[in-house]
Formats: sequence, C-alpha cells, structure tokens
Amino acid sequence: MSRPIVSDYRLLAAAGLLSLFGVAMVYSAGQTDTPTAVAHAYKSQLLWLIIGLGFAYAVTHSSVRFIEWMTVPLYAFSVFLLALTLVVGKGAGTAASTKSWLAIGSHRIGQPSEIAKVTVVLMLAKVLSERRESARSLLDLWKPALIVGIPWAIIMLQPDLGTGIVFIGIFFAMLFWSGVEWPLLLLIASPAISLILSFSVGLWGAWFFILLALVLWYRPYLIEGIVLMVLNVATGVIAPIMWEKLAPYQQNRLKTFLDPTADVRGSGYHVIQSKVAIGSGGLFGQGYTLGTQKRLAFLPEQHTDFIFSVVGEELGFIGVAIALSLFLWLFLRITQVAERANDSYSSLVAYGLMSSWFVHVLVNVGMTLNLMPITGIPLPFFSYGGSFMLASWLAVGVLMRISGEGRGSALSLRGY
Amino acid sequence: MSFHPNDVARRARMSSWALVLGFLFLIGAFFKTQVIQNHQYVMQSEENRLRPIPLPAPRGIIYDRHGEVIAENLPAYSVSITAPSVDSLRAALNELAGTLQLEPYQINAAIRRYRRAPTRPTVVLPDASIDIVSVLEEHRLDFPRLIIQSVPKRYYPDGPIVASFVGYTGEITESDLNDPKYASYKPGQEIGKAGLEKQYESILHGREGVRFDEVDARGRPVRGEGPRPDLNPLGAPPLYTNIDLDLQKFMVGIFADSLQGGAVAIDPTTGEVLALYSAPSWDPNKFTGGIPADYYKQLLDDKRRPLVNKAIQGRYPPGSTFKLATSVIALKDGLVGLKEHMPVPCTGGLQYGSRYFRCWEKKGHGSLDLEGAIKHSCDVYFYQLGLKVGLSRMIAGGISLTMRDKSGIDLPEENQPFWPYAIDYYNKKYGRNWSNAETLNLAIGQGANSQTVVNMAKFYTALATQGQEARPEIAHLVPQRKQIYNLSQQQDSVLLEGLKAVLEAGGTAGASAIQGLTLAGKTGTAQNSGGADHGWFVGFAPADHPKIVVAVLLEFGLHGSRAAHIASAIIGHYLKVGPIQAVMDEG
Repeated sequence: MSRPIVSDYRLLAAAGLLSLFGVAMVYSAGQTDTPTAVAHAYKSQLLWLIIGLGFAYAVTHSSVRFIEWMTVPLYAFSVFLLALTLVVGKGAGTAASTKSWLAIGSHRIGQPSEIAKVTVVLMLAKVLSERRESARSLLDLWKPALIVGIPWAIIMLQPDLGTGIVFIGIFFAMLFWSGVEWPLLLLIASPAISLILSFSVGLWGAWFFILLALVLWYRPYLIEGIVLMVLNVATGVIAPIMWEKLAPYQQNRLKTFLDPTADVRGSGYHVIQSKVAIGSGGLFGQGYTLGTQKRLAFLPEQHTDFIFSVVGEELGFIGVAIALSLFLWLFLRITQVAERANDSYSSLVAYGLMSSWFVHVLVNVGMTLNLMPITGIPLPFFSYGGSFMLASWLAVGVLMRISGEGRGSALSLRGY
Repeated sequence: MSFHPNDVARRARMSSWALVLGFLFLIGAFFKTQVIQNHQYVMQSEENRLRPIPLPAPRGIIYDRHGEVIAENLPAYSVSITAPSVDSLRAALNELAGTLQLEPYQINAAIRRYRRAPTRPTVVLPDASIDIVSVLEEHRLDFPRLIIQSVPKRYYPDGPIVASFVGYTGEITESDLNDPKYASYKPGQEIGKAGLEKQYESILHGREGVRFDEVDARGRPVRGEGPRPDLNPLGAPPLYTNIDLDLQKFMVGIFADSLQGGAVAIDPTTGEVLALYSAPSWDPNKFTGGIPADYYKQLLDDKRRPLVNKAIQGRYPPGSTFKLATSVIALKDGLVGLKEHMPVPCTGGLQYGSRYFRCWEKKGHGSLDLEGAIKHSCDVYFYQLGLKVGLSRMIAGGISLTMRDKSGIDLPEENQPFWPYAIDYYNKKYGRNWSNAETLNLAIGQGANSQTVVNMAKFYTALATQGQEARPEIAHLVPQRKQIYNLSQQQDSVLLEGLKAVLEAGGTAGASAIQGLTLAGKTGTAQNSGGADHGWFVGFAPADHPKIVVAVLLEFGLHGSRAAHIASAIIGHYLKVGPIQAVMDEG
C-alpha cells in the first residue's frame, strides 16, 4: 500500500503558507486587552496542524484506488455521525443554538459535517465517474442528488445553513466538472432560484419566462419539463411559508445581510464591526496584533468566523491581497491537478475538494464585508477549529496523492 | 461521463477564469473598503474605542467689594458610571446601591440622566463622601465602568448669610435642557439655579473639558489617553460684586433668629447694592448637588416662608413710606405750597363722604405743613393732599416714580410691584361702584399698592439725590441713574427736612437717631389683613451727602420704629458711627 511519492511542492507550499498565515492570525486573535481563552487557541491550532500534516503524509503513502475502495464505508460512517448530532448535538460560537457539534457531556469532540464535506466529495466522485455518459436528464441525476441530499437534509435539520450552502456548491461544481451542460444545471437550480426570487413577484415572473424559454430550447423529457415548472411554481408559493419556518436567528441573519444598519446593536452588530475593522486597516493595516477593533473586543468571533477581519484590520489591503492570492494560487493549482488526473474519479475528487474550499472562502470572506449573509462557515486554514484543520489537511494529502499519480509524470506536472 | 481530455481542458479553462474573476471581485471589494473608504472606517473605529469623559470646569469665584470670597469651589468627588443600556445601568446601580448608600430617588435620577445622554458617563453621586470614594477605589477592579472624578464643588463660606442674593447651583433639569438658553448644556452639568449664580450663569460657567478613555466593546476603560491641554476645562473668570460682606454680616446679625423680613442697603450715588438679606435664610451649601428632601420639606413647611425672598419677592403695602411719593407728585405739579396747611386740621381722622378716615394718631396732630406732616406721618394731611392731586394724577405720578416697574436689580427672582395702570383699573375691578376714597388710601400708601423692599429703596435713592434714581446693582459696574422728578431746591429741602425730622425728637423714629450723624428716613406700617401689620423704614445718611440708603421691612413688626432701629444700626455700622443713642422705644 505504501508507495514512493513525488511531492507536488507547489500545492504543499500554498497550503502550508496558508496554514502558517492562519495560525499566526489565530495567535493575533488571542491578543486582546482583556485576555480571554482565545489567547491560548493558537497552541491547539498549531497542534492540529501538526496532526493534520501527519495524516496528510500518511494519506500520500496510500493510493487513490484504496481511497476509492474506502469511499462507501467512509461516506456511510460520516452520515451516521451526522445523524448522531441530531440526537446528542451541541452548539458553539455564532451558532450556539444549533447541534453541529458531537459531544460527550459538555466536552465537544468535533463537527462531523467537516468530515462529511470530504466524504460527500469522494462519494459523488465515485458515482459520477461510474457513468459513461454525462447526465443528460434530471432522472439521470437521482443518485448524485441523493448522495448530497441525505447529509444536506441532516445538516439543514441541525440547522447549519452555511454548511448546507457548501454542499450545494460542491454538488453543482462536481456536476459541472463531470460534463453536465450548463442549461441542465440551470434547470436543476431553477427551483432554488424561484425560492429566492419569489419575494418579488415581478422578478419571479420574469424568471419564470426565462425558465420556460430554457425548457423549450433544451427540450428535456416532457414529464421532466412539467415537473420542473410545477416545482418552480410550488417553491415560489411555499417560500413565504418557509420563511416563517426559519429560526429567528436565521431570519435575522438574512435581514441583516440586506441591511446591517437596521439593527446596529443586535444582529447587524457583527457585520458593522467587521467592516469597521477591515476598513480602518487601510493599505498597510494597524500592525500585526495591534488592531484596536480586535483588541478591544468590538470584533466578534475574531478567531473563528471573523478571522479574516483581523487580517484586514492588522495587515491592511496588502495582507488581504496576499492571503487571497495564496488561495487563488492553491485553487488554480488544484484545478490543474484535476485536469491532469489519471482517471475521472481522481479528477472529480480533486475538483470537488477545491470547489468546497472555494465556497468556504467566497462565503466567509464575503461575509466579513457583508457581501454574503452571515452563515457561520469557517475560512479554510485560518479559522480556529480542529476538525476543519484536520479535514483540510486530509484533503491536501488526497490531492498530493492524486497529483503524484497524475497523467504523465509528476515531473511533467512540476514543469507546467 | 464525458472525460475526453479536450472537454476537461475546456472546463479547466472556464474554472480558472471563474476563480480569477471571483477573487478579483473579492479583492476589488476590499480595495474599496480599505483604501477608498478608509477614512470613514478609521473614524468609526476611533468612535468605537475612545469614550469622551467630560471634565467639569470650575465656576467663577464671586467676591465682595473688598475681595472677600462669597462663593468659591472646593474639591469634591463625583461618581459616574457608563452603561450600554438602561437595563445594564439599572443592574449596575442595584449592585452598587449598598456600597454607595443609594436612595431610590438617586437611582431614578441617574436613570433619567442616562436616558437624556446615554453616551456621557451617568452621574450617580455628584458629591460622594471620602468614605464612599475610598471603598470604591479599593474595589476599582470589580466596577470597571465606574468613573471617580475630582470635580469642583460650589461652596459658600458664609452660607445662609449670602443666600438671599447669591442663590445656589444645582444640576440642570429636564425643562432647563429644553430651554434654548441652555442649548449648549449637557445633562448632569451644574448651573446657577437662583440669585447671582443664575443671573450671571453665562459668565460664571466655565468651559467644560474632555478627556478620552480607550474602552473595550463592553465599555470598560482600558487606558486613558495622554493629556490634551487644548481639551482641559477652562475655569470661568471671577465675578466682583458691590456687596460689602462686613455690612451683610452685620445686617444678618441684627435680624438674628427671631425677626423676619427683608432689608436692602444701596449706595444712592451709584446704585451699588451693599447688602441684601431676607430673614429667615437658608443654607445654599445644602442645596448644591441636589437638595436633600427632608431639608427642602423643612423649608417649605416653615411658616416664616424662608424660600420667599422678602427683599425682592415679597410685596407689601408701602404704608407711610409712600407719603414721600405723594408729596413729590403734589410738589412737582405745584399743587401744594411749602408752608401750606390743609383745610381740615388733624383731630384723629377725616370725614370723607359717608366714611370716616382715621389718622394713626388718635389724639390728632392739629394743623401741619408738609414738613410737619412728614415728621409726624399725619394721615389726615395726606388724605387731603391726595384729594388735591386727584386719582388720575396720583396714578400717573406713581407710574412716573417707577412704582409699577421692577427695580431692575440683577437678580432673576425679583417680583414686579403692584400699582394701578390707570383709573380703568378701578372700573375693571369694581365696575362703576367705587368711590374717590381710593385716592385717600393711595395717598397714605395703602390700597391698590404693594411694593418690594428693593423698589422702595430704589425710590429713596431718588429722594437722597434730588430725583436721581439709581438702579440697584449687585455686580454691574456702570451706574445707571435716571432723573425721575425735578423739584425746586426749596421743595427738595422741605422734603429732606421732613425726613430728617422723622429721626429727631418727636419724629416717628426719633428713638433711632444716631449721635453725630444726621439721618433721614420714613417709617411705615403696612396693613396686613392676614395678621399683625408689617413695619417699614426707608432712610438714608448722612442726610446732606447720602452714602447709603437702607430699606427694612419687618414682617409682623407692627410699626416702623423697630424697622427704623435696625436700619439706623446698619447705617451706623456702615458709616462707622455709633453706638445708637437712645434705647429702643416700642411704638
């Protein structure tokens, strides 16, 4: 099982630099004028990074085939853990009322949803790679939909809107990578789009006509076309009812996203303080560990959800640009790995893992500037949290292995 | 699944572009926030972390004419608290109630202050005792939002002695804050509430300073900013008054505890108020920083009404002191000769129509001229003089002698005296059903006429200076004088001789004469429907070159001779002459 491996140093460098950057920011997040427990967070974060590196090293010595063989049991196990959270789950951080944590007594062990993000990617890759042709109709997609749908439903029951968004992002990205054409993707997404647009009758009406034109042009099976249109109408109608069903904190988050100043002291507080922190950073920032918004505790969740605001406040636009460039570098590199992977399973796994991180970065970083609603999803390699750090480095290990087994030699990849 | 390398390469290109665009979008958003809008967010960040702590400015010191201190500032400690919400303030106050010995009314007051200005530290105790402060200092870490400040506290070394004119200071009220006059004031600030403190508030109030404390998100101070000299509080300049503190103390001493009434001493040549007192007084030091409820109740319940200023607010019929006004009105219109006697000699009263008008002297004064009538205060003479003048001339004359005007003393509480505006006043009041008897009443200072002590003193400044009435002023520096009547030298001297004779043997205040000093003045009795009559005396000295006018009103003093005794003692003290020649002669 253990084979020699030619490392993908660029991938390793991007992920490693991001992790070191992240640990440094977790350390800074703990540097407040009134000391809190966060002051020690960087130590355990560093420990989890080292453990993650160990796991990653181990994974690089396994093989993609072994991972593929393990996919089904891993997926089943992670879904089981997820289901367990509904029974014994605990909340934490900005989402204290949810049940995303698995805990024994008051001691939180980890978030199964972080593991599920990886196993869902593996499982989707397995199912999608088994098909010879790309999916042409909605019926062809029942299996992938189910694979994502089961853990997604559990996560929405916890409820954890942010992680749910990540799963949907993974689903669409991997369908795209498997060759599903974009009109079909749009048709699949159409009920969700209806859901969002239903709050404005005019917008929804316009969308309905676009959809109709799309259906007539793409010509899915008649029955599918009808089902789609009915679904769109239905979601449009039930959206207001679903809004009522949302927990008040979720409603507040969405309302806050639309207008943070509506409730400055309440749910708008986080976003406003985050924007103030980032905006006051300027070009060069207030200096590492010196951000006043963070030091004086105006910035909430400064070591987890809003850690990127600390980057903005203390290291300024330059620091932000460096961090985002590192992410972009990593993602472009993974896209390359996916493109040159030996087989469709490996390729889909690589692309799926990348898309998962991309959704995290987009939503988390966007949230700090109020470009996205506050959903409480962490920033990969930055946000304090053991499960995510471990899962991320497991993913890095998998990607290294895929890269090493890639088409042509690893040497040719390096020369790209 | 379509996994032809060409397809994969196409999708990888699309993906890469999508990634690049996504990150460009994020970087663009950060550039806008951090570089373009930087200034706005820096300001918000500063506002977040820096909390202004107001530093009260010391009020101007008030001096008497010789540089003696009337009002000064002592160091005191104020305890305030910052709170993010009313609930948190209430919780903090309840927690502190034991340590600070807070009464419920103090908690309510603090909450009111907070509602008015939630961003300013809320004053809980404006004047905390040193015991409380030392306990709080020991537990500083337990109450991080507490601000203990050394603040200037108003102090009047002579307390009740100066209360009648200096007033007091107190926290600005809700209704004050709505007044445009106090537009620049903030809740919790100290303002002049009465007397000179209120009158000269704009001068006495210094410029509040500010210091910035860096606070965390819970409002707990983390560290103070360095000193900023440009933001230090600026004390107000001193206020120099015309008061003679020595004379004031003498005046208060004479009233002692048993007498009640008001007294004013004025320099007739300038209008400078040398002393002003209302007995009984109250302690302005107890008023600063909130009047204790029990003390206030005690003052309100006192039947002697200490909170009514009897020198400038109390209005009393001027009685016989007004006969000089009647004389001036008659003389200036040439209605009476200097040696002229009235048709009916005094036999103890005068029959007018169906009514019999008494003279205060039942035995009667016989036939008198003006000088004699003033000396003996003969009512019968003045009834007839009034009839000669006639009601409408009488009313107009009183108006021209400023009997309807406030004296204009620089105290905000002064009441306007009462005097008819025209004959129409009687028509309005009695219909057509009134008789000319009103004229008789007005002529002897009764009827529709009530004057403040200070306004009578002001009128006598005119008598002392041939008609040059001086506006009484405690702090203004420029004398304001006005000729309110013009009489011939002979007329003036007859009035003066009459006033002198009052304090000679046989005069109504003959017992109050001072050896070596010629006094001039007039006693009076104000009929009081609610009890014993009030006694008046208004006079000046030295009679030929007056340096001081003193008006004294004794409530329930029955007759002016006791008031005259007090006035002559005050004059004697001021002019360093004395002791008083004769013993007190009750009459």
